[in-house]
Amino acid sequence: MEKVYARTKGIQADMVDGFCPGCMHSTLCKLIGEVLEEMGMLGKTAAVFGVGCSGLAMGYVTYDYYLGPHGRACAVATGVKRCNPDTLVFTYQGDGDLASIGLAETMSAANRGENVSVIFINNGIYGMTGGQMAPTTLVGMKATTAPKGRDPKEHGYPMHVCELLNQLTAPYYLERTSCNTPGNVAKTKAAIKKAFQNQLDGKGFSLVEVVTSCPTNWGMSALEALDFLEEKMLGEFPLGVIRDKDKEVE
Amino acid sequence: MARKFMKGCEAIAEAAVRSGCRFFAGYPITPQNEIPEYMARRLPEVGGHFVQGESEVASINMVYGAAGSGTRAMTSSSSCGISLMSEGISFAASARVPLVYVNVQRGGPGIGAIQPAQQDYAQATKASGNGGFKMMVLAPSTVQEAVDMTYAAFDYAQRDRNPVLVLADGVLGTIMEPVELPEMRSEEEVKALKAATRSWAPVGHDSTVEPRAFVDAGRWSTKEQEQVCVRAEQMYADWEKDIQVETMYLDDAELVLTSYGICGRIARSAVRLLREEGYKVGLIRPKTVLPFPTSTYTGLDFSRVKNILDVEMSIPALMVEDVKAAVKDRCAVHTCCHAGGEIMGRDEVIQAAKAIMNR
Repeated sequence: MEKVYARTKGIQADMVDGFCPGCMHSTLCKLIGEVLEEMGMLGKTAAVFGVGCSGLAMGYVTYDYYLGPHGRACAVATGVKRCNPDTLVFTYQGDGDLASIGLAETMSAANRGENVSVIFINNGIYGMTGGQMAPTTLVGMKATTAPKGRDPKEHGYPMHVCELLNQLTAPYYLERTSCNTPGNVAKTKAAIKKAFQNQLDGKGFSLVEVVTSCPTNWGMSALEALDFLEEKMLGEFPLGVIRDKDKEVE
Repeated sequence: MARKFMKGCEAIAEAAVRSGCRFFAGYPITPQNEIPEYMARRLPEVGGHFVQGESEVASINMVYGAAGSGTRAMTSSSSCGISLMSEGISFAASARVPLVYVNVQRGGPGIGAIQPAQQDYAQATKASGNGGFKMMVLAPSTVQEAVDMTYAAFDYAQRDRNPVLVLADGVLGTIMEPVELPEMRSEEEVKALKAATRSWAPVGHDSTVEPRAFVDAGRWSTKEQEQVCVRAEQMYADWEKDIQVETMYLDDAELVLTSYGICGRIARSAVRLLREEGYKVGLIRPKTVLPFPTSTYTGLDFSRVKNILDVEMSIPALMVEDVKAAVKDRCAVHTCCHAGGEIMGRDEVIQAAKAIMNR
């Protein structure tokens, strides 16, 4: 009988991951594993995981990895990639890691045009530490450290990382996707593949922002979280290609 | 061996390159700017990489990535900049990343003064970051020692898979002295050094044919974390064999001067002059301040040695705590100190020694 689907070799065969029900990290771990496997890169890759729920992935995947300090993944990736140009180096970071404590490292790596790929998971909240406000938390959205909801007068507005990076000249490719529908999962996979291929082609800095949900800390069921993502998150963080130098006129 | 007249910072940088350093990231801070500036010129000549980090925080983490991938890598900074690196250094100790860093000390605390000081001894030897880890800390007193220690630091780091600190100061960083540079390691040797890290360095392993590699500063279980700490403690105990210390006239000294780094050099000079005047003084100059040469102090004949004079460019004195812990109450321990960038004068040391001996 023809085998039409198999679990990616990018995830450990005997592993059941510990992500919460409805969490899209498990989808993303699978997608990254599939992409690396399809590209024949599983044995030539080093991931740099952020601190937070994103870092849990290191226990489930089969490829090499680094776990550095909170927020510093883009700096660690810079050191790894410069010294090992033949290794595929990508970071996998949440919004607290990449956009709050690690914003300087993210912006500066992008501004240098480091030849690395960044997978940025934006669920608008701190997951692992239990639901604190993130730079990407929506206005009015409740967090344990903003119990009355994000108030622009006190907390400002959600940060748009792709648009921020789009002010820089060096980044090669910036796209925002989601994993809330089968179609968007397919687009996310294509975007990750493109970001990795860009690196193999020496094109420079690529970032894929994936808008995801956090049912546990949003205080919703997995299905309710999908609706909230569709209705609220994607209103604040519209999907699409923000920059692709492949499409720019020479 | 090539003899050259070099500035301390540049000599340190060249020694690192000759030891096989092929990656440097750093952030500007006085008085160590000549290290990153030299590396920016020099590393591309040998196929290495220089990155000016956006901060000390980023720089130490770039080095964490580079050294974690098995490439000999270094950063440098000064005092308050080193404080910013503390987290990365702790992570390197936890993840067993063999990075090397240099602290060209200036006055403190805080942003302090840009002039030379020795006020980071406790930070260097007791708590360079969270978690109670230790590193070898090499304390040169001349540009030549700075060169030799920097060259050796990479070998210690790779041997132990642990960070190593070269604890210099603003005098050593900025003076020019003649130095014998060590042999340049060939490209084949540098490649072999990197190849030797292949089993643990995450540069891409096919986990279907060999174990994957990881550099990870965290543990999944408390037991595993405790085992990591226990193994580290065993490594620290093994450093006893690596102790380096210079001594003078301990066979008949009645007053022993003790000092490290630039002050050690000033104290050595004071000891020579005091001896010419007939004073029975000696010297203990730790070259490794971690591991600390405790046995050199405990081995003193305390029926003869009644006083120790600790000379430091730090107020309060910091190394003196280790000296006191070694000698306990078997003799009196005095201090002669400056801080904040005020440089120790040899005559002040001589006067302090005479005041004790003429009592």
